[in-house]
Amino acid sequence: MTAFIEPIVGRYVHVEIDGEVNRIYFEENGSGIPLVCLHTAGSDARQWRHLLADEEFTKHFRVIAFDMPWHGKSNPPDSGYGTEYRLTTASYTATIRAFCKALDLDKPVVMGCSIGGRIVLNLAIDHAKEFRALIGLEAADFQQPWYDTAWLNRPDVHGGEVCAALVSGLIAPQGPQVARDETLWGYKQGGPGIFKGDLYFYRVDGDLRGRTASIDVRDCPLYLLTGEYDFSCTPEDTLRTAAGIAGAEATVMEALGHFPMSENPAQFRRYIAPVLDDIRARNKA
Amino acid sequence: MSASAEPRGKESPVTFTDAAVIEAFKRIPEWLSRDAALVARGRLLDLDCLLGPTVQPFHVTIRAGAIVDMTPAPVLMRSSRFSYLASPQAWAAYWQPMPPAGWHDLLSLTKRGEATLSGDLHPFIAHLQYFKDVLALPRRQGFGGAA
Repeated sequence: MTAFIEPIVGRYVHVEIDGEVNRIYFEENGSGIPLVCLHTAGSDARQWRHLLADEEFTKHFRVIAFDMPWHGKSNPPDSGYGTEYRLTTASYTATIRAFCKALDLDKPVVMGCSIGGRIVLNLAIDHAKEFRALIGLEAADFQQPWYDTAWLNRPDVHGGEVCAALVSGLIAPQGPQVARDETLWGYKQGGPGIFKGDLYFYRVDGDLRGRTASIDVRDCPLYLLTGEYDFSCTPEDTLRTAAGIAGAEATVMEALGHFPMSENPAQFRRYIAPVLDDIRARNKA
Repeated sequence: MSASAEPRGKESPVTFTDAAVIEAFKRIPEWLSRDAALVARGRLLDLDCLLGPTVQPFHVTIRAGAIVDMTPAPVLMRSSRFSYLASPQAWAAYWQPMPPAGWHDLLSLTKRGEATLSGDLHPFIAHLQYFKDVLALPRRQGFGGAA
């Protein structure tokens, strides 16, 4: 066989979340420190394919990315069909912890982007001792809404088109066109109402203002990185959040927007490599 | 309404004149007509709307995705489904080959208060990427001599 086959392997794991078994699709590659990656609202774990295939990172990290229930190749739970999907702080936290437990991961690093970045803050607040380090991309305790999410799920507007068109502006213009297109493709493929349901957590339920000061980075280091072109979670939002957490590290990433790992993987690598090196160094110490 | 001929840019991230912005906006129908794929994306779109720089808006008539008429506002008793108006500096920045952060999207401009969106937003939202791309045509044409 001469065809190039990527080293990423995808499987399904059955995970009990809030009393119901969910069939969760995940992809992984590498060995070493477990690094669990969380995709953005309304998309799926394909956003992490470049990190998953990175030859250097995967020498030291077991990189794992899973599709949240209702996203990508993880179907809704059996009882979910016909109901309105709404992600909450509690359900999101429970899903991540249950997934890590199901795979028997030993103090994983969790890196999340956007809603994944927000929930990382909640993990730092309530469950820091379970994790080796936490990385929030495009993460803040709160950010100002810039559109009405009611447009995301209605019969007279194409859901895939509108979700992609809304987030297209959050991508920095410097990224390769194909990477920018691929990032939007994920949004065009989301199930009806899923992006909107994720944003219930982001906009309504997951306001962490006033709670992040309790984060103790001595329990678990916290790294925050935000793209300069992200006008949803702005660099100012992230810097404000970091300023309220003693010891948190914040970086503004140039030429990147809201989807750094997928919109411009090479540029993102420049920023995430030192973070992963730091985590490795702390792990050896 | 008045349009300044003096170069501006003190508060703007780019150097521009109102006149250059208005002239570039006037050419959007022509540039759109040369982009069959973009017109095709608007094939179900028939509406009248108000678009352009705040110093000189235009009544824009769209039929099957093509701009068939663009007339400087105001026109007595002309109606519009919606309007998207931005400051000249916003258009000048939006049209840069690499627009500066925060000036790179129609909705980042509304968020920062450099543009206003009003009226019946359904056709705008349902064709959001079409409008983003149509209103970015001066960028592709090298606005400001940057082609």
